[in-house]
Amino acid sequence: MKKPEIKDLKKYAVKVRKHIIDEVYSAASGHPGGSLSCTEILTVLYFAEMRVNTKQPLWEDRDRFVLSKGHCSPALYAVLAEKGFFPKEDLLTFRKADSYLEGHPSMRYVPGVDMSTGSLGQGISAAVGMAMAGKLDKKDCRVYAVLGDGELQEGEVWEAFMAAAHYKLDNLTAFLDHNGLQIDGRITDVMSPEPVADKFKAFGWNVLKTDGHDIEKILESIGQAKDCKGKPTIIIAETVKGKGVSYMENQAGWHGSAPNKEQRDQAMAELDKVLAELEVE
Amino acid sequence: MADKIATREAYGNALAEFGSDNRIVVFDADLSKSTKTDNFRKKYPERFFNMGIAEGNMMATAAGMASCGKVVFASTFAMFAAGRAFEQIRNSICYPKLNVKIGATHAGLSVGEDGASHQAIEDIAIMRALPNMTVISPADAVETKYAVKAAIEHEGPVYLRLGRLNVPVIYNESSYKFEIGKGIVLAEGNDAAIIATGLMVSAALEAKELLQQEGINARVIDIHTIKPIDADIIVKAARETGAIVTAEEHNIIGGLGSAVAEVLSENYPVPLVRVGVQDKFGKSGKPDILLQMYGLTAADIAKSTKAVLKKKAGR
Repeated sequence: MKKPEIKDLKKYAVKVRKHIIDEVYSAASGHPGGSLSCTEILTVLYFAEMRVNTKQPLWEDRDRFVLSKGHCSPALYAVLAEKGFFPKEDLLTFRKADSYLEGHPSMRYVPGVDMSTGSLGQGISAAVGMAMAGKLDKKDCRVYAVLGDGELQEGEVWEAFMAAAHYKLDNLTAFLDHNGLQIDGRITDVMSPEPVADKFKAFGWNVLKTDGHDIEKILESIGQAKDCKGKPTIIIAETVKGKGVSYMENQAGWHGSAPNKEQRDQAMAELDKVLAELEVE
Repeated sequence: MADKIATREAYGNALAEFGSDNRIVVFDADLSKSTKTDNFRKKYPERFFNMGIAEGNMMATAAGMASCGKVVFASTFAMFAAGRAFEQIRNSICYPKLNVKIGATHAGLSVGEDGASHQAIEDIAIMRALPNMTVISPADAVETKYAVKAAIEHEGPVYLRLGRLNVPVIYNESSYKFEIGKGIVLAEGNDAAIIATGLMVSAALEAKELLQQEGINARVIDIHTIKPIDADIIVKAARETGAIVTAEEHNIIGGLGSAVAEVLSENYPVPLVRVGVQDKFGKSGKPDILLQMYGLTAADIAKSTKAVLKKKAGR
């Protein structure tokens, strides 16, 4: 695959953010905050890294992606639609009764979705299973997953981490979308999972840190993850919940609520401005 | 009496026997010596994975592996499969309809001395409420073997309910045929029908003998697949006998008795008596003594058959 320009990836990220706002606005429900915080990670994975085939979504040698924080489906759907797995106009059917774009991703309904997720903690286990299958079949395909930081409160995550290190799954790379917020407030106030880096290390993982909104740094971290042999890698991506929409940034209240018309228009204006600036550069 | 073999043993043997299929992968949660998946491990160590004492993770990991084209048998005790890992089974296996076969051993009171904490008496109820799930509860070693074979061939999740206790082999392998969703009439009779599953099938056959001595001719039906249930065989029995007894090593709420009651009440209501655990927890003790204490013997089935015949006569 030809590596796209950084500038193009930045543009994709803005387009993805616009889709996220439109999806959540048209559904009048959904999870914009965490979708906006993992936007660059998903954009880099699908547009610069993963081997996937939009014509053959179930191609067996593809790289796999699991959105363990499944409530951020607006981001995943936006990336998949931009990539060409399904028509972009379908994004506006998000969460509607006659749509295949379920509130949380379903691998049975949505082309390009590799695992049904939504119940926190389970996606990372599934990703471990995919990585084990890859090892068993001696395939060179890689498995990626994105976890939320609140999700770390689920005990299953640590069971999965233990298993991934035990089976030396160096074909597995997880991202922690470390935005510091969950529904009820700051993760450190609700139930602190910190210090996360120390815990991941103690669980036998290769631990990297990056700026989760810096496309070049994300790419660099993925490269390092691929070079690491004998253990799985977690990339702790420092992010801002609601990133890119001024009034949503760092507000736990935007975890799971939709903008009204006025808010939607303001978000679009802000994002269009960023897109225009990128066009000029 | 015929040979006695535990269905868990037959399960482990079947995995080893059919294990040459490269798609088959076996997971266990530190119980492989008890669930007998160790029999598979010895033959195919590269396709056996111990996932440790972490059943929730094991089920969702099995789902991920199944999504890559594998047929994954994930084994632990029924308590920790249907109980502990319920939600992983629901959301990661059944909802995406993945090819994970849950080998749930040590189901029911016949676990024995380990007691109530380890005696799943509600697993059938939990598992049959899941869309896309097939629930199989074999009666003996032969049925277990072919249930495993059918589970491999079946596309989608399967819950195999297996026991710890050695139970009589009632089927002859050369003539046995297993089909998911098709019950088996083991003995003809038109006074009443005893519909049983799991180790209660051999008890039902014994009950038939006891009833025969009193001039009662009972039909005995083995329902190895609790879901999808064989409605035809149940309705036919209701029509031809007019009196039904169900027998299961499970709570009478939500299990075989409930499934049969659902079929009867919607299609052909006749008097029904459910033999099973009467909505209480098990306890420690020798399996045979527990089965007696909880009313799960051939004599109990015979008694309930006479009770249902009274109901039938009183209509």
